[in-house]
Amino acid sequence: MASRARLVGQGVAIGLVALLFILLAWSLVSDEGGDLAAAAARGDRPPAPDFTLERLDEEGELQLSSLQGKAVVLNVWASWCVPCKEEAPYLEELWREHRDRGLVVVGLDAKDFRADAKRFANRFDLTFPLVYDGPGDTLGDLGVTGFPESFVIDREGRVVEAFAGAVDGEDVRDRFEAAIEQALEP
Amino acid sequence: MIRLVLLALVAFMVAATDATAAPPNAADLEAELVCPVCETTLDQSNAPVAERMKTFLRVRIAAGDSEQQIKDALVAEFGPGVIAEPPAGGFGLLAWLLPLVAVAGAAVVVAVLIRRWTRRSPAERADAPLDPQLERLVDDELARFDS
Repeated sequence: MASRARLVGQGVAIGLVALLFILLAWSLVSDEGGDLAAAAARGDRPPAPDFTLERLDEEGELQLSSLQGKAVVLNVWASWCVPCKEEAPYLEELWREHRDRGLVVVGLDAKDFRADAKRFANRFDLTFPLVYDGPGDTLGDLGVTGFPESFVIDREGRVVEAFAGAVDGEDVRDRFEAAIEQALEP
Repeated sequence: MIRLVLLALVAFMVAATDATAAPPNAADLEAELVCPVCETTLDQSNAPVAERMKTFLRVRIAAGDSEQQIKDALVAEFGPGVIAEPPAGGFGLLAWLLPLVAVAGAAVVVAVLIRRWTRRSPAERADAPLDPQLERLVDDELARFDS
């Protein structure tokens, strides 16, 4: 009887340890976000994780994969983020300059109040598509570590390069625009 | 007539309950809501979005919103994760039940151990024969005491 109880106890302990290992493995495997930027930096062009989010600039939703065939700059921002304010006019200028060549800038506002985001868009006269992700559910898949962060995505929906932080300074902007040129290639 | 009086009484009680309901307290709400960026409660955070949320709380309290209305508005913006307390349903129910299960399990383990530790061995039982050497020692001591 005692040996049976001991066996059951050992079985439960082994089961719990196995469960912890499974949870650890699952968390490592599901942490794809960090891999996305790293894979893009290696030149692998990983597929951008798809999402469907409500639009801030008009009614309805936008699905990222619906933009396949165009190059996309996906910019993650929030109205409370100071570098986002500095970057916004540049992104608007970029969108106006290259939209006819097939570039779409998509602003993904996250962890923010809708009303604040709309005020931000009005203040900076943003005319590119804006989507809203208040809870920030998409940030994990993208591997976003801070605000702002931008992803240059090619016409086939693959990430050419990821830029953590504001796209400012001549060197960063040169790299950013070079990535956009690559993304625009047919 | 009696019905009218009863209706008036009920209406008065409902109105009185509403009027006496205390407005939500900003400090209490800050301890119950989570900053979506740093994922600590608002009272522990000075992140820009947390500061913005604190302002939102005060504005809504001043506008007369109830605690539930304020929480609902924030959930509509930031999702259910903005509430520090897990929901008492669905997957969130686990967070409520697991500690209870753990406490009950620990109580069972402690009870079993206490029972095992306090169970007398056959040698300690009253009806068990004494060790002859000990018995002789007790007899000697009693005899010495009697004399």
